[in-house]
Amino acid sequence: MITDPMALLALLIAAATPILFAALGEMVVERAGVLNLGVEGMMITGALAGFAAAHATGSPTVGFVAAALAGAALSLIFAVLTLGLLTNQVATGLALTLFGLGLTAMFGRPYEGVKAPPVRFDWVIWAGLAMVPLLWWWLNRSRSGLVLRAVGENHEAAHGLGYPVRALRLAAIAFGGAMAGVGGAYISIARVLQWTEGMTAGAGWIAVAIVVFAGWSPWGVLAGAWLFGGVTVLHLRAQAAGFAVPTQLLAASPYLATILALVLISARAKFSRSGAGSAPGSLGQTFHATR
Amino acid sequence: MDRRTLLASAAGLATLAALPVRAQAIEPLKVGFIYVGPVGDGGWSYQHDLARQAIEKTYGDKIKTTYIESVPEGADAERALTQLALAGNKLIFATSFGFMDAVINVAKKFPDVKFEHATGYKRADNVSTYDARFYEGRAVIGTIAGLMTKSNKIGYIGSFPIPEVVQGINSAFLAARKVNPSVEMKVVWVSSWFDPAKEADAAAALIAEGVDVFMQHTDSTAPLAKAQEAGVYGFGQASDMANFKPKPRISSIIDNWTPYYTRRVGAVLDGTWKSEGVWLGIGDGEVEIGEITDAVPADVKAKAEAVKDALAKGELHPFTGPLKKQDGSDWLADGQKATDEELSGMNFFVEGITAQLPS
Repeated sequence: MITDPMALLALLIAAATPILFAALGEMVVERAGVLNLGVEGMMITGALAGFAAAHATGSPTVGFVAAALAGAALSLIFAVLTLGLLTNQVATGLALTLFGLGLTAMFGRPYEGVKAPPVRFDWVIWAGLAMVPLLWWWLNRSRSGLVLRAVGENHEAAHGLGYPVRALRLAAIAFGGAMAGVGGAYISIARVLQWTEGMTAGAGWIAVAIVVFAGWSPWGVLAGAWLFGGVTVLHLRAQAAGFAVPTQLLAASPYLATILALVLISARAKFSRSGAGSAPGSLGQTFHATR
Repeated sequence: MDRRTLLASAAGLATLAALPVRAQAIEPLKVGFIYVGPVGDGGWSYQHDLARQAIEKTYGDKIKTTYIESVPEGADAERALTQLALAGNKLIFATSFGFMDAVINVAKKFPDVKFEHATGYKRADNVSTYDARFYEGRAVIGTIAGLMTKSNKIGYIGSFPIPEVVQGINSAFLAARKVNPSVEMKVVWVSSWFDPAKEADAAAALIAEGVDVFMQHTDSTAPLAKAQEAGVYGFGQASDMANFKPKPRISSIIDNWTPYYTRRVGAVLDGTWKSEGVWLGIGDGEVEIGEITDAVPADVKAKAEAVKDALAKGELHPFTGPLKKQDGSDWLADGQKATDEELSGMNFFVEGITAQLPS
């Protein structure tokens, strides 16, 4: 099994799906100049809402749609606070994660121990992969994508040109929430086949790290998701096959990769004049239209 | 002071005076608990909370319990313990290994409060430690696994390579080998106590390698959900995990803390509590084997129950020589039993396990 490269590739792609969705969503949010650290909270909300809806209707597809809506709904709380009330984005994002974890712990109680029928969800995996070129095209070749980037790079200038900064950011945040929700639902519906409190277990934080690692590009996000998600699953497979693998090193690998990426990014930012691969200029800054 | 206040105070004093003097003597003993996970984890913390509810039933209004759940190991634990001590709890159970230093620090500040720390090894005059011989339970389910496997490949999902987990892997393997000499053990480490997605992936990895019966030393039911999907067998861990009966869950190891908690509360109530360190197993009722379901043939069930009874009576020790270590060096001579000290520092696999133990 471990020696069949095609089977391993399929495994890796499937394993990377939850963080791919969440990271692509967060990348769009950050490209709009907003830093939402609530990914873990939105993922876990999607995991529960998706599982509950799939369980109630018997349709996993309905589950994924419900998860997207639930993730988006939670992200709107963040949007109201940061865009409307101008709260600090970092603190609000952290609060959103805690809120999501607590909320799902409470509402998830009836679903503890409920089993889901195993089904295949290849279409979700393909949808995740298709998102990569689509988002690349949108951010680099479409008018609306370029406007979104302008908002993220310099919101004062974008506002001066008459672009609706807050409306675009609201849309980006909701999109990020929906993507995180779908990623979370993939964990509960397709991977673990049940609901368990706290089941995303830090996947949202890995997604946030991947966005940085990827230098805010969709292809980089795909590479990061495959690397982080793939390393984990390959490492488990290698152990099962009896290879001696240093477990501590592999457990630390996502964090090591993140540190390496941060070093590379700061170096790239220093030496590149185009600004490619560096953070959007207005990332994390509160926007308040004064004119 | 106006008249109304004066009257109210007088009424209050009169009420106080009317109370029986015995009121102070039957002031309930306050007992506090801190848990590392949510009470709804369906495993480790859930079992500790069942024991808390049981002592409430047993002692009624003689005691009053409170708990704090999902306490991270570290500074937060110290805060939670201090909070419980300040609230008047005179006996406090700290139910995770990682609370160890926090317990010792807080115990210094509250010499009149008694602390009980699960699975740790640091004690003081007002700090006891208690642990369970999970490896005895592993010998029972290892017997079942060795007899139930058709592929002769059994698997183990480990959290961290610490002695407690290594004991379990060795014990399960030795018991399986005893009843099935051609059995092989495959081991996967997930580097977490609780990560359902990773646990599910680990189960899938074992299944892909041809494993058809596996055990776990992690806290979620995700591996059982995978076992169900693949049509292989698994076991409940820490809690019965009865939702997965009759299969894939064919039996379970249950941590039953009720007898110990009942005894320790009783000792505080009658003034006989003193600091000690205990390590209890099947014979003490602290480690239980959950129902062996009908998916298991009667003769296999009988063999597993014979192992359980022998362990309970103390006639069988899972680690009895002759035994060699994985590298072929001698460990226990014929008839020699492993000492508790050797077990609590166990950092090697026994001969016959081919998986490598991460150093």
